Amino acid sequence: MARIEFDQIAHAYYPNPKAPSDFALKEINAVWEDGGAYALLGPSGCGKTTLLNVISGLLKPSRGRVLYDGTDVTALPPEKRNIAQVFQFPVLYDTMSVFDNLAFPLKNRGFNRADTIQRVKEVAEILDLTPDLNKKAAGLSADAKQKISLGRGLVRSDVAAVLFDEPLTVIDPHLKWHLRRKLKEIHEQLRLTMIYVTHDQVEALTFADQVILMYEGEIVQIGTPEALFENPQHKFVGYFIGSPGMNFLPCTLEGQAARVDGVTIDLAPETAARGAAAGGVLELGIRPMHLEVHGAAFEGGVPVTVKALEDQGSFKILTAALNGHMIRARVPEGRPVPQHKAWLKFPPSRTKLFADERLVG
Amino acid sequence: MEKWADNRAWYLVLPVFVVVAFSAIIPLMTVVNYSVQDIFGPGNAVFVGTEWFKQMLTDYRLHDALWRQFIFSGLVLLIEIPLGILIALAMPKKGWGVSACLVTLAIPLLIPWNVIGTIWIIFTRPDIGLFGVGINSLGLLDVPFDHTARPSYAWITLMAMEIWHWTPLVALLCYAGLRAIPEAYYQAAKIDGASAWAVFRYIQLPKMRGVLTIAVLLRWMDSFLIYAEPFALTGGGPGNSTTFLSIYLVKLATGQFDLGPAAAFSLIYFLIVLLFCFIFYQALLNVGKGEKIS
Repeated sequence: MARIEFDQIAHAYYPNPKAPSDFALKEINAVWEDGGAYALLGPSGCGKTTLLNVISGLLKPSRGRVLYDGTDVTALPPEKRNIAQVFQFPVLYDTMSVFDNLAFPLKNRGFNRADTIQRVKEVAEILDLTPDLNKKAAGLSADAKQKISLGRGLVRSDVAAVLFDEPLTVIDPHLKWHLRRKLKEIHEQLRLTMIYVTHDQVEALTFADQVILMYEGEIVQIGTPEALFENPQHKFVGYFIGSPGMNFLPCTLEGQAARVDGVTIDLAPETAARGAAAGGVLELGIRPMHLEVHGAAFEGGVPVTVKALEDQGSFKILTAALNGHMIRARVPEGRPVPQHKAWLKFPPSRTKLFADERLVG
Repeated sequence: MEKWADNRAWYLVLPVFVVVAFSAIIPLMTVVNYSVQDIFGPGNAVFVGTEWFKQMLTDYRLHDALWRQFIFSGLVLLIEIPLGILIALAMPKKGWGVSACLVTLAIPLLIPWNVIGTIWIIFTRPDIGLFGVGINSLGLLDVPFDHTARPSYAWITLMAMEIWHWTPLVALLCYAGLRAIPEAYYQAAKIDGASAWAVFRYIQLPKMRGVLTIAVLLRWMDSFLIYAEPFALTGGGPGNSTTFLSIYLVKLATGQFDLGPAAAFSLIYFLIVLLFCFIFYQALLNVGKGEKIS
């Protein structure tokens, strides 16, 4: 187990990168503490897998250093780094039994027979693979195969970290939930450093203590799931986390309030002050769940036209227009929903201000 | 589902049926017809039952040719398959080297059989051939090299010819099989700390099973049916040392005009090839399958 550190890592897949867009990873400094459960979250193509491969050593970064417990391992190949990685699609040694598949990483490292058997049995027990141990790996179902891949990642107890590259993509939804629980349990039991790549926010938010959100080759925010939800540091975080994402409205400042197309929305005093200090292109951001929907006019209510209503089961999503800007609001179950005209309440403590796409307050 | 009352769509299969009939079934039936008759001349044939089959099955020259054939095909497989795999493993994976290797490998495959025979006859000639002159000038052989001089020399030349001609096919098939292995397998092997041998044994070889099945079947059939090369080289000699099944068959059929025995021989030959293809196919299909209890 180890603390993993990125020191000014950048990577480009082409030789001689010049423009920032040539880089799959743009200058990243980050630390993964020993024993943490991290999720790397971001849309497809944002550099998550690249970052993971740099950690494991499958990819040598164009620039920067990778440190394990302070030791520079940038030049070391994966087999010298003592790291485990699980890939998106199950990778199996078809001709081997399930037991031999799980024992393979131990055998290659010269573990003795007794230790190997014990470790494999432990891991098989955790992943419910015990009845299949003597079967050929090739004949099993897709999720059993992926469990074997997970098992090979977990079988060594002394690894610096276990890296998961969207490991549950091929798994059925109900098993996905089950395996995610398992991974969480394993993390709590063994306290291995785990880094989990996914583009599914639910997966990231349920698995990890710390979520690292990536966008176009950069880390835009590292934080707990709550922090990402409540205080998105970048417009992209607000938009990507939450379903639906944050509402953004271009605005100007007028004393302690924001003005959106002639409509005044009150802000918290410190938010307005920081917004005024920051300058730049200002936008107001608010989560759909923090908006209150009313059927009648009231003091400070923002009048909007109702456009659509989607029933999501335990709540409804109301889409409304404010002078051409679309706003989504979440209406809890059982609350009356206005038909044509509605008034929205923007609670000042929940109304955020972004300057040039970055959170100011 | 409701059945169609009108089944005229079957007529669309007719062209294929006609082509197959003329290209395979009718000629094969003609051979069957010959194999049970003694033909004295046009319109003068006597039904003899299984006599020709009995005669051919006890023919010692056929037995000799059959053994020779087995040894030859066996050696060819033993050399060509591992050599093909080695070449495929050594080939570059990207860049201009790939095209260069592929074109170089394809050259022997594009040359007609009899031209190959001529090339190798000239190459091994003791008076002007590069190989013949070269090896004789070393002075290591008690009898100077000449492919007609000794059975072993003829065999060496023939094997070299066959291997030179067909190993590229095995290599190309294996290369295609290797290229189809997803990168994740190699990455996982690196993470698991697998040695190069383990990568070959547990990833590359199992993933090449499909192409190797095809390679073994093709090379087995083709080398078992070899004709042009020994015909061009020594015509089956020296002595009978390179008289393989097809050479003997042609001698029997067009040399001695023993159409009945030759037809019976053809059918036996055909069944042997079929039988071995079936055995290889089943063996390769099932290798490494089934449950293992450890």
